[in-house]
Amino acid sequence: MNFALTDLMPLLPEIFLLAAVSFILIFDLFLSDEHRYITYILSLSALLGCGWLTFSGATGETIYAMHGMFVSDMLADVLKLVVYFSVAVTMVYSREYIRVRGMFQGEFFVLMLFATLGMMVMISASHFLTLYMGLELLSLSLYALVALQRDSAVAAEAAMKYFVLGALASGMLLYGMSMLYGATGTLEIAKIAAVLQQGLGSNTVLVFGLVFVVAGLAFKLGVAPFHMWIPDVYQGAPTAVTLFIGTASKIAALGFVLRILAQGLQSLSPDWQSMLVIMAVLSMAVGNITAIAQTNFKRMLAYSTISHMGFLLLGLLAADINGYTSAMFYMISYVFMGLGSFGMILLLSRKGFEADKLDDLKGLNQRSPWFAFMLLLIMFSLAGIPPTIGFYAKLSVLQAVIHAGYTWLAVVAVIFSLIGAFYYLRVVKLMYFDKPHDMTPIAPQGDMRVLMSANGLGMLALGILPQPLMALCAYAIGKSL
Amino acid sequence: MNFETAVFYFFAAILLFAGLRVITARNPVHAALFLVLAFFTAAGLWLMLEAEFLAITLVLVYVGAVMVLFLFVVMMLDINLDKLREGFWDYLPLAGIVATLMVLEMVVVLGGKQFGLSAVPAPIAHAANYSNTKELGRLLYTDYVYPFELAAVILLVAIVAAIALTMRRRKHTKYQDPAQQVKIKRADRIRMVSMASEKAVSTEQISQPEK
Repeated sequence: MNFALTDLMPLLPEIFLLAAVSFILIFDLFLSDEHRYITYILSLSALLGCGWLTFSGATGETIYAMHGMFVSDMLADVLKLVVYFSVAVTMVYSREYIRVRGMFQGEFFVLMLFATLGMMVMISASHFLTLYMGLELLSLSLYALVALQRDSAVAAEAAMKYFVLGALASGMLLYGMSMLYGATGTLEIAKIAAVLQQGLGSNTVLVFGLVFVVAGLAFKLGVAPFHMWIPDVYQGAPTAVTLFIGTASKIAALGFVLRILAQGLQSLSPDWQSMLVIMAVLSMAVGNITAIAQTNFKRMLAYSTISHMGFLLLGLLAADINGYTSAMFYMISYVFMGLGSFGMILLLSRKGFEADKLDDLKGLNQRSPWFAFMLLLIMFSLAGIPPTIGFYAKLSVLQAVIHAGYTWLAVVAVIFSLIGAFYYLRVVKLMYFDKPHDMTPIAPQGDMRVLMSANGLGMLALGILPQPLMALCAYAIGKSL
Repeated sequence: MNFETAVFYFFAAILLFAGLRVITARNPVHAALFLVLAFFTAAGLWLMLEAEFLAITLVLVYVGAVMVLFLFVVMMLDINLDKLREGFWDYLPLAGIVATLMVLEMVVVLGGKQFGLSAVPAPIAHAANYSNTKELGRLLYTDYVYPFELAAVILLVAIVAAIALTMRRRKHTKYQDPAQQVKIKRADRIRMVSMASEKAVSTEQISQPEK
């Protein structure tokens, strides 16, 4: 066999990124510490290049390459563009934070780009083997990133927990995949779907494998009862890394879940729907109720992530085009909110001071009215208060789940999001009605100031005009699934 | 029972025995050596399954490299066996229950009904000149080249992560820099000080301590 250039063209963004990372890895060795910003600029340019390649290659057609292991479709292109965007924003937000903490090294950016490559591989995988490879590439980079702050005992503990639990989840996922392989005789997602549609394959083995696969996926998404790692890792990791784990990698996890459940195992949806129902209710309960008791802002946001992922499952378990579209919309809007909320911690932190306590937000309005307003918008969006984007995300998911016939589930979800609104609004109360105990001026760098403002106002803008993003999600899902 | 079955049972019996001895042998060196035996017999079983490449790799990589490393480590470490064996009998019932459960589960799923000869046809036996290694290589570099390359990237990440996490310059360590040692000049080490010559003193004055 020989490789035709057309076979490699769909992989162009991946190939470009790998070449760019390898170049940065070597180039960084020859830079002195005061020229380290060149690495930063190169990393951002690499993401920009990827974005351009993906954007110009997005035709809306579904192209399989590499013997059916790689797929380039609209879903992959849209998700990848969101990933580039959120990784780039993460880099800008974290620059100052990691610089004053001595982490402004080449490895930080290289590992981040490798993780991005892993996400891209996961998003456009059409074979269980590539899905798993992408997942490991992402996870290994993340473990290292969490542990990068070597002098911090908390970070080391978080990395250890993440590593052990992550390895366990990977094991479960692989075991489930091997069972599915045993039942269907193939690892290619499209072929598995075809085999299942014909009603072939032993049902016992299929369901057995499905349980393990869903458990592995649930761990990666971070939904209860597989959520134990989230609070510890979110709190223990350097906030810049938390921002990365909480945003970009969630997009990859969504791609992963859509590829396996929606593309591969759609015929088994009656079996996995009931599992997702249990996990969704548990996540919303655990996330929203436990978050109330937190005093650490990062930990509170971690529990809030768990509840949001529970909400996302509502869209997935509808198991139709409408549901997947709303889940995708929910995930993208959650990523914007996550970027804003964790980014705000980075913005308020300074050398030797970590603004990760809820008390640190007290009286933010007096210290910086503008950023207090931005955080207010983000909190409103997380709580799902109109006219922010969070409201429309929740609304579309609820519509999908009612459409699928789970009205009681929608009621439960609304009750839990009402409970959740309490702790988001408490943040607002702290900012506007409490007295600050620390009057250090907040003076972020120019680009961060602009980006954070755009992030906060974006919540509002997308909330008023959600239609284009919704249409994009619907187009991507409709074209690809 | 034909010859092939007899050979299989022979290898299987040795494998089980060696595996059991790995966990029951008192001396860790013996345990490691029994593991080597287990690997060898497993390689034999693989040969019977026409997987020559895997059999050879198992012997070369695991027996040749990994186990030798194991033996070195085991010999170098001062292992207190009594401490390791503490609580063995206490944990045995629980471990036994877990193991039995796992076996039962696997029997239910992997039993003859789902993966037996009726569900999955027996593979065709290949001729003697069929090269398993060649086939694996062909698959690895054509159909599976994409995951293969990804595996390479994962290894690269492992290298980067390992170096980033472990390499650090300690501030207070004393070390020699050979380059600096070679570059040294006489002027860096010896300082010529011109001093005024002193007057000769008689020995009596030296021997008598001052008052």
